[in-house]
Amino acid sequence: MMPLFDFPGGIHPPENKAQSSATPIRQAPLPPQLHVALRQGMGNAARPCVAVGDRVAKGQLIASADGRLSAAVHAPTSGVVTAIAPQPFAHPSGLPELAITLDSDGEERWIERQPLHDWPQRSGAEIRDFLAQMGIVGLGGAVFPSHLKLGVSPLETLVINGAECEPYISCDDRLMRERADAICDGIAVTRHALQARQVLIGIEDNKPQAIAAMQAAAAAHGFGVVAVPTKYPSGGAKQLIRILTGKAIPHGVRATEHGVQCFNVATVYAIGRAVLHGEPLISRIVTLTGAVEAAANVEALIGTPLDQLLALARPHRDSHEVVMGGPLMGFTLPDLAAGLTKAGNCLLVKSPALFPPRPQAQACIRCGDCASACPVSLQPMDLFWFAKAKNFDKAQQWQLFDCIECGACSYVCPSQIPLVDYYRFAKSEIWAAERDKNAANLARQRHEFRQFRLQRDKAEKAQRLADKAAQAAARQAASHSAAANVVPADPKQAAIAAAMARAAAQREAAPLPEQHSSGLNDAKQAAIAAAMARAAARKAAADQAKAASGQPPAPPPTSSGLDDAKQAAIAAAMARAAARKAAADDARANQQPDP
Amino acid sequence: MTAIHSTHIAKPATVSTVMLKVLAALLPGIALSVYCHGVGVLLQLLLASLTALAAEAAMLRLRGVAVLPALKDLSAIVTAWLLALSLPPLGGWWMIVVATLFAIIVAKQLYGGLGNNPFNPAMAGFALMVVSFPAQMAQWGSPQLPLDAAAQWQWIFLHTLPAGSVPDAISSATPLDVLKTGLRQGQALAGLLPQSSAQGLIALGWLAGGLWLWRQKLIPWQTPLAMLAGLLALALPLWLWQPAQYASPLLHLLQGGTLLAAAFIVTDPVSGASTPRGRLIFGFGVGLLTYVIRVFGNFPDGIAFAVLLMNMTVPLLDQYTRPAVFGHRKGRS
Repeated sequence: MMPLFDFPGGIHPPENKAQSSATPIRQAPLPPQLHVALRQGMGNAARPCVAVGDRVAKGQLIASADGRLSAAVHAPTSGVVTAIAPQPFAHPSGLPELAITLDSDGEERWIERQPLHDWPQRSGAEIRDFLAQMGIVGLGGAVFPSHLKLGVSPLETLVINGAECEPYISCDDRLMRERADAICDGIAVTRHALQARQVLIGIEDNKPQAIAAMQAAAAAHGFGVVAVPTKYPSGGAKQLIRILTGKAIPHGVRATEHGVQCFNVATVYAIGRAVLHGEPLISRIVTLTGAVEAAANVEALIGTPLDQLLALARPHRDSHEVVMGGPLMGFTLPDLAAGLTKAGNCLLVKSPALFPPRPQAQACIRCGDCASACPVSLQPMDLFWFAKAKNFDKAQQWQLFDCIECGACSYVCPSQIPLVDYYRFAKSEIWAAERDKNAANLARQRHEFRQFRLQRDKAEKAQRLADKAAQAAARQAASHSAAANVVPADPKQAAIAAAMARAAAQREAAPLPEQHSSGLNDAKQAAIAAAMARAAARKAAADQAKAASGQPPAPPPTSSGLDDAKQAAIAAAMARAAARKAAADDARANQQPDP
Repeated sequence: MTAIHSTHIAKPATVSTVMLKVLAALLPGIALSVYCHGVGVLLQLLLASLTALAAEAAMLRLRGVAVLPALKDLSAIVTAWLLALSLPPLGGWWMIVVATLFAIIVAKQLYGGLGNNPFNPAMAGFALMVVSFPAQMAQWGSPQLPLDAAAQWQWIFLHTLPAGSVPDAISSATPLDVLKTGLRQGQALAGLLPQSSAQGLIALGWLAGGLWLWRQKLIPWQTPLAMLAGLLALALPLWLWQPAQYASPLLHLLQGGTLLAAAFIVTDPVSGASTPRGRLIFGFGVGLLTYVIRVFGNFPDGIAFAVLLMNMTVPLLDQYTRPAVFGHRKGRS
C-alpha cells in the first residue's frame, strides 16, 4: 500500500451515484438528425471542410482544427450534411454556435479506418499528431486537446483520473467496470507517448467494482490502481496528483514541470480507440440522472440532440431544468435542442422536489466554513467581499485566479451565498478590463504606425525627386565620359536582399509562438522585422538606382522598394494578428490574462 | 446577478440555524445562572431580546433593508442574550435597555448590520455601561439571594424592595471586584477569596455549551483555547511567583465571564479573525489583555476591553496570517 497524501479542505456531499451506476452502459439509438457543434475544444471553433449536400461517412473529418486549442470534428455517423448554420449550443451563455447538421442515413458506414498499429515504434510526436487529427480532447469536462498534453517526455508519473468525485455522475465508473481492458490499452499508448516511468490510476473508494475491474486489467501492464478516499474534489487534476504523488502544483504551473501528467479514464479510452482502432472521437458516455424515472449511462454520438437523449431516461413530470455536468460544477442548459458535445459527461435533471431552490442569500458572517472547505486554501469570504466591492486588484492579490471553481465554498455557506458566481464575475470583469487595455494598446500602435507611414511616404517622395535629379545629372555626365565602372550583378543582389528581407518578415509571422509571449511583444518584434525589411528594401532600391545610372536599359526590378515596404507592412500586420490570436489562445489555456 | 452557475446543491444550514444553535448552547449556563441568581436573569434576557428586536427592526427600516428576513437570522437575539448574561442580574431595567440599544444601533447597524460590524456588539454595549455606570455595574448581587421572584422584578423595574429585605443582597460586588479592592487595601488574599462556588458552577454551564458548539463545528478550537492559554500565560507564573499577591489561575478561569467569553464571545466570527493562525493570535491576545486589565487595570473585569482591542487588530491579522495557497510557498501573496 503506497502512502497517500491529502489536499486541504474538501466536502462530502451526498453521492447519489447508485441511481445511474446500477445498470450497464446502453447504446443510445441512432438519432435521425445530429447537430455537431464546431466548438468542441477549448479554443476556436473548427473550420468546416464539407459543404451542404455532401455525403459523409462515419468518422470522416468534417471540420479541421483552427489553432492550437481547437479540436478536429468528425462525422459521428454516415449521412448527408444538410446545414452549416448557428444552432443552440450547450453553453451557459445561451449563445448559438456554428454547427454542422447531419441527417443520418442509418447505414453507419465507416470511412476506411487507419489505426496506428505500429504505435510502439512511433515517436511521441507522431502519436501526438495522430491524436490531434482524431479530435481527442479531455472528456472529464475541460475538453483540453489531449495532444497538447503529450508534449513533454519522459515523465516520472502518468496519473489516470478515475476519481469521478462529483455527485450523481457515474459514466467513468461504468466505463471502468465494463471496459477496463480497453482503458488499459489506451493507458499503454499514452504512457508510451509520454515515456512515463510509472502509471497510477486513482479511483475514489466509493467505486469498489471499478477498482476491482481496473486492478484485474492493470495487473498485466504493471499499472498501479489506487483507491483514494472519497472527498470532493479529489477528481480535480491537481488534487488527484497531490493525493497520489504528494506534489502540490500551483495555478499557472503545468503538471509536466513536476514530471506528472494527468488524463481522465474516458480520455485514455478514447486515445486507445483512436490509436488501436482508428476511430476518431465521435461518441462518449453520458450519465442521465436526477429527477428521472430510469437513470442510466448511455453511449451517445456527439451531436445527438440533448432532448432526445434525455427522453431515454424519462424525466419526471415536475422537472424544470437540466444541468450539464454535476450538481457542483455543472451549468443549467439554456436550450435542450443543442447537440451533445465532447464535454457532456452528465445530464442532471432538476425538479423542485429533488433540488429545492436555494433560500435567499443572507449576510456573510465570516464563519470561515468556506475557507475550511476550499481545496486550494483560499479565503473565499475575503474574495467574496472584494468581488462584491469590485475591488479586483485586491481579489487578484488574494489569488482569485487560483480558484478552481469547484463550488465547495458555495456548498457549505450557511448564508447560502452563490460564492462561485461572484468569483466568475470578478474573473470575467478582470478579463474584460485586460481586453480593453489590449484594444487601447492596439489602437495606439495603429495610430503611431499611421503617423510613421505618412512621414515615411513624404520622405520617400522627396527621395524619389532627389534621385530623379541625380539620374538626370548622371546621364549628362555619362554622355561625356565613357561607360563607367558598371557592376552588372548589382540588380540581382538587390533583388536577393529584398527577398531575404521578405523571408525574414514572414519568418516572424509564420510560426505561432510556443512560449507565453504577450501579443504586444510579438507585434513589436514583427514591427521591428518589418522596419528592417523596409530599410533593406530601400537600400536595395537605392543601390539599383545607383547601378542603373550607368546602364541605359536597366531591367525592371522584380519589386520596387515601395512594394517591399508595403509587403513588409502586410507581413507585420499578419504577424500581429497571429500573435494576437496566439495570445488569446494562451489566455484561454491559462484562464488568466498575461499580467 | 442571477445564479445561473452556482452549485445546484447546498448544505441545508442557514445563518438562522447557526444562531439558533448558539442560543441553545447558552441554555445550560442560563439554567445554572437562574439557579444561582434567581429569575431576575430571565427578566434581563426578556428585556434584552425585546429591545434588540425593536432596535434592529427600526434600524433596518431606516436603512431601507427588508426587516423580516434580517430579523429572522436571530443574530440580534444572540447579542441581546450575551449582554443580558454579562450585566448584573439585578441591574435596573434601563441598564440592559441602554446597553442593548447601543450594541444594536451603534455597534451593529450603523456599521452596516450583520457581517459588517468590526466590534463585538455585546462587548461594545458592555464597555459603554462599565465606563458610564461603574457603580451600578459593580452591584452584582449575592448569589444566595433571600429575594423571591416578585421582589427581584420589583427591584429591577422600580428600584424598590419589599419591606424587610436586606439591601446587601443586591449591592454585593463580584468576586473579582472584591478581590481587587481588597488587595489594594492591603488585605490578605486568603480572606478575599469567594466563599461560594456559584460563579464556578455557572462557568461549567458555559463550558458545556462551548464544547457542544465545537462538536457541532460551529466554533473553532483555536480562539477559545488560545484565549485561555493567554490568560494562564500570565496568571500561572505570577501566582507561582507570589501566591499571596496573585489569585490562582483557577480563579481566573472560573470567575468573571472567562468561560462565557471563551465559548461565546471571542468566537464571534464577524468581529474575530478568520484564519486559523489569526484565531490563535486573536484569542491569545484577548487572554493576555484580560488578565492585564483585571489585575493591573481599573476595571473589575477586562474581557470586554480585551475583546474590543483585539477586534481592532483583526484586519491586520486576517491579512498577514493567510494560509499559503495550494502549491504556493508561504509568505507569497
